[in-house]
Amino acid sequence: MITTDICIVGAGPVGLFAVFEAGLLKMRCHLIDALPQVGGQLSEIYPHKPIYDIPGFPSVNAQELVDNLMEQIAPFHPTFTLGERVESIERQADQSFVVGTNEGTTIACKVIVIAAGLGSFEPRKPAIERLEEFEHGKGVAYMVKNPELFRDKEIVLAGGGDSALDWTIYLANISKRVTLVHRGETFRGAPDSAEKVFNLAKEGKIDLILKANLKKIDGNGSLKSVFYEDADKKEQTIKADYLIPLFGLSPKLGPIADWGLGIEKAQVSVDTTDYSTNVPGIYAIGDINTYTGKLKLILCGFHEGAIMVQSAFKHVFPDKHLSFKYTTVNGVHEF
Amino acid sequence: MTVQIVAGTIYLCSTMSMVKFTVEDRDGSKQELEAPTDMGLSLMETLKAFEYNIMATCGGMALCATCHVKFQKGQDQLSEKTDAEWDMLDTLPDADDTSRLACQIRLDDHLEGAEFKICGDLE
Repeated sequence: MITTDICIVGAGPVGLFAVFEAGLLKMRCHLIDALPQVGGQLSEIYPHKPIYDIPGFPSVNAQELVDNLMEQIAPFHPTFTLGERVESIERQADQSFVVGTNEGTTIACKVIVIAAGLGSFEPRKPAIERLEEFEHGKGVAYMVKNPELFRDKEIVLAGGGDSALDWTIYLANISKRVTLVHRGETFRGAPDSAEKVFNLAKEGKIDLILKANLKKIDGNGSLKSVFYEDADKKEQTIKADYLIPLFGLSPKLGPIADWGLGIEKAQVSVDTTDYSTNVPGIYAIGDINTYTGKLKLILCGFHEGAIMVQSAFKHVFPDKHLSFKYTTVNGVHEF
Repeated sequence: MTVQIVAGTIYLCSTMSMVKFTVEDRDGSKQELEAPTDMGLSLMETLKAFEYNIMATCGGMALCATCHVKFQKGQDQLSEKTDAEWDMLDTLPDADDTSRLACQIRLDDHLEGAEFKICGDLE
């Protein structure tokens, strides 16, 4: 078990800067992020885009800002769990918490700070009934983690993006039968991949069903068939061991929604006095929180972090008195 | 006198240009909206300002598709989709040729007379 003062959920810019503010008050931080690297959206989605509203930087590239933040917090030696998603929290008898991830990592902490931005990116599910009945190994999978699972099976993929094309090509070699159902007539993804898929269909190695939409699925304990509406609006059936809908990722609040926090439109309600949630010891800062007048700006998240740590201090060091000091006067004291 | 009215009209247009379009909500209710084109708003921001229930989780970066709308009228007049919008629409299970992301549409005269339905997810 990892032990720390503050467990920060989300290693985007706001989570990273909170480490600095916490460090000034001698509180140690551990950060967890579902992505395999730090920086959140900045590193994952727009690393090369300039940001113009960081005070003191007329323009800074997103990745450069992340790199600078990592340098700024280095004296406080934060620790990281990356590529794992926070699943659970357990309140302990002494009011501290144990945070658990989907990979079984556990972190003991006195304060939890949710700095999860848009939430975690999860597979987008098509609006068809009974999907959930066949999830978790019974025939519906939203990603291909272990391709061997699909060897010699009858597979239906759905979607028109790069991942649908790539997995169709890959699984065509190992599966018994692969069918790709796409609502359009063309693919905007990588032209090479699209051409390969059209060629595989011509050669009879896959079934390519265009201008078609998934309608329903059926089975008894495990998936047996997939129904779709064809270009002539007629319902058709395909025998299938697995359906793999690949409709991209969408940001979701995820398990945070089940922690008993005040939630408003998939955001966490906070008290602007200290950005605390309705659960003592849990704070929310950055894009994930909501309050009257909220602006989803990185600089607002930095401000929220600075205010938040003053309050978090009381949970971490209940017997100590906090005196506010400027870095220009006091400097930055490495742990 | 006529000139003055015309001039007055021109003056009004140049300072407070408005555009009218019709919105169908998820429950089928329709409403014609009139909104200013000179405030640099996107259609998503305008719909939120009119208190339509749109999550806009990503704040307008074409990342979440919760501002997905389908046009019944006036789609041809709109600006071309960017790659980011195409990529997102490509992945949506319920998108079709009339689909757009409201966050990627600037509120301008091209929306005059347009009609569309709100489709974005609410969770």
